[in-house]
Amino acid sequence: MPTSLKDTFRDALSVSLTVGVYGVAFGAASVAAGFSVLQSCLFSLLTFTGASQFAAVGVVASGGAGASAIAAATMLGTRNALYGIQMAPLLQVRGFRRVMAAQITIDESTGVALSQAPRGSEAMRAGFWLTGAGVFLFWNIFTLLGAVGAKALGNPASWGLDAAVPAAFLGLLWPRLETMFLRLVGAASMVFALLVTPWLPAGLPIIATVAVAVVVGWRPR
Amino acid sequence: MSPSMMWIVLIGTSALSFSVKMLGHSVPERWLANSRLQRINALIPISLLSALVVAQGLVVKTHVVIDHRLAGLAAALAVLFAKAPFPVVVVVAAVTSALVYHLH
Repeated sequence: MPTSLKDTFRDALSVSLTVGVYGVAFGAASVAAGFSVLQSCLFSLLTFTGASQFAAVGVVASGGAGASAIAAATMLGTRNALYGIQMAPLLQVRGFRRVMAAQITIDESTGVALSQAPRGSEAMRAGFWLTGAGVFLFWNIFTLLGAVGAKALGNPASWGLDAAVPAAFLGLLWPRLETMFLRLVGAASMVFALLVTPWLPAGLPIIATVAVAVVVGWRPR
Repeated sequence: MSPSMMWIVLIGTSALSFSVKMLGHSVPERWLANSRLQRINALIPISLLSALVVAQGLVVKTHVVIDHRLAGLAAALAVLFAKAPFPVVVVVAAVTSALVYHLH
């Protein structure tokens, strides 16, 4: 590898490992929600976008309908479309390579690619592919470990797994609350979800909070 | 949820997640350049993740319930303020919740 790409490789590896380890939490959450070890691993291989995976198993765990689980997961993944729009002109790939690029278009691969901009577009492309492939590898390995581990533990509440899942959502939410405005949107969404909980079937309050995002984002502020 | 429905959730989530990613790589840039769409899209993860925190931490079926999970969430919040990394947050929440669950 050219020396100029060594720094890119180091960035990609550190992000891949750090993020991949979170797969343990997903594997455990998925098994706690009632999915098998095989199904948990298939989520990480096929869905491969962390927050959406947590949302799908989270809605199932809270007794929600299948359609609610799929809808919540899909809406959480819509940002990946915007990443794809940014990455496509950079990658310039067709056919099977484009399918692979799409599957690994997530927060981390896009983030590292964009962060390499000062090093040139070759480094940006390397950052995208290395990070995407790296997260894919580690995320799937650690999902398997988490799923097998949770299966061995048994009762989720006894080991605190039922609190680990909302804590994982809180951990995913935290870095996004960059401004006071975004913190208020988060707080309003929590209050809204709790208020509608007694009135809607399980799982639907989660989807319903998208209304908060639509209302707040409708007009420029 | 029935076993077949769980497979439907897995396959449906995977198919739609991939479609959304592929859409981004396939459409002309201007299609999703609408500023209203972008503003709402930026807020959706915050709304959904916030709802998931309370739905998972404070709800059983269709009731708001305060139990051991809230202790875990409070501990998670405390270490997040202390800038703890994600795995620490999850483990601290689990340990705290399990302790309260067994003491109760």
